[in-house]
Amino acid sequence: MSAPSRTLAADILEATGINAATCYQCGKCSAGCPMASESDLRPHNVMRLVMQDRREAALADESIWLCLTCETCSARCPNACDPARVIDAVREMSIDAGVADMPRTIAAFHRAFLEQIRSNGRLHEMGMVMEYKLRSGDLMSDVTNVPGMLSRGKLSFRAERIEGVAEIKRIFEKCGVTP
Amino acid sequence: MTETATPSPPMMTDVAYYPGCSLHGTSREFDESLRAVAAELGIGLTEISDWNCCGASSGHTTDHLLGVALPARNLALAEAQGFDTLLAPCAACYNRLSAARLAIATDDGLAERMPEIIGRRFANSVDVHNAVELLRDAAVTIEQKVAVTLAPNPLEGVKLAAYYGCLLVRPFEVCGYDDPEQPTSMDEVITACGADNVDWDMKVECCGGAFSVSRTASVLRLGRAIIENARSHGAEAIIVACPLCHSNLDLRQKAMAQRGEEPMPILFVTQMVGLALGLAPVDLGLGRHFVDTEPLMARLAQRAAERVAAEKLAKQEAAVKAAARAEKQKVGAAAGASAGADSKEGEAQ
Repeated sequence: MSAPSRTLAADILEATGINAATCYQCGKCSAGCPMASESDLRPHNVMRLVMQDRREAALADESIWLCLTCETCSARCPNACDPARVIDAVREMSIDAGVADMPRTIAAFHRAFLEQIRSNGRLHEMGMVMEYKLRSGDLMSDVTNVPGMLSRGKLSFRAERIEGVAEIKRIFEKCGVTP
Repeated sequence: MTETATPSPPMMTDVAYYPGCSLHGTSREFDESLRAVAAELGIGLTEISDWNCCGASSGHTTDHLLGVALPARNLALAEAQGFDTLLAPCAACYNRLSAARLAIATDDGLAERMPEIIGRRFANSVDVHNAVELLRDAAVTIEQKVAVTLAPNPLEGVKLAAYYGCLLVRPFEVCGYDDPEQPTSMDEVITACGADNVDWDMKVECCGGAFSVSRTASVLRLGRAIIENARSHGAEAIIVACPLCHSNLDLRQKAMAQRGEEPMPILFVTQMVGLALGLAPVDLGLGRHFVDTEPLMARLAQRAAERVAAEKLAKQEAAVKAAARAEKQKVGAAAGASAGADSKEGEAQ
């Protein structure tokens, strides 16, 4: 990773308006985090790494991708530090820096999801799951649920495509996102 | 009769309806039950034409701007179609649309760029509401309708756990219609339906959300804790208002059932209201769930029948008592009258 001239905290401040130095490491965020037991870095650890300008340690860790964006951390922060928004920004920087250590299944899910939106304007669940399986190699999971979902009218083979799908493609381009 | 100059006020409150992808797919029973209940409550739902996916967590997790722009197009469509209020029943859609509205309202630069990014005129003038909010505001109407529904209310006295999850209540700045730690809106709707809301610990815990497919083990760990807590506090079913919560607790319960755990029915809040209003389970899509709701419905029907029988018996007993009392009074009055006549006779002597 090339060394940017600015600190990570400065980048976060510009992207989110949040000053990471206002976090006093009370750990309340991590106490409520539903993924804390599965993550090496918990929300208050991410805040600490941002303060300490340990860019690679924050951006290249798998933990930031295990965040469910449930917002419990931000709701409970006594000093309005908004760790969820900081982690969102760290993830985005991680992708831009090309160091994202996203678990394969989660990366495949996000890409498959966004590709559905880009090509149809809406999420076609069956198409998304098929694409997810191809991208992740996770071929067997949930296969036994398909008949039950079909019989309950919960899955459809046909995608709903909106008229303004060109507008959606344009929005993706304007945001610089290619799934 | 002369024609009046002013048209009569519309019978219905009309709102722009944004179903979102799940309500057209894996959670179509949420859409079916919402439409059925809205019709009963006199709320007109007009589906926004050509709406697009809000991007859900994949959108804003990948790119902040995309996570704002995708919902913004829907807000612009609702605005162009003449609405100032939008209903997004899916908690995730509600959260993304509200978050986009707030982000644009608090960032002049973003507000200025947005029409260019989405390629549409956009004044950010549409308020976003969720289904629980709508039903809470209609709680008095629901209560009145339940009282005049002829069929016995199957929900009377049933213990239900209101499960809000994350995206209905957090972050507070985005949602703000209820308390983020101790919300009560869904509990109010439960009470309006004549059911009992249980006091439990996991109202606002996360179910694992978008990891349903990509990290199922985490979803099972979180879902099991939620279901077990509801059960240990006496809940007979869990009420939700989010398609992700529903599938994580309903579909994923199959794995828990394989370990011999008792099934816990998961109902959408709109299905609950529909049942209280006397609508048929089939019209509310109850048959689309993976956890069979039949045993619960049978139990509720039996309790309702027992209640009706007990009421009938009580009425009969009351009628018998009243008749006996009337008889007694009649006898007493006759005796009193004859006693009066005796004393008159005495006076005369």
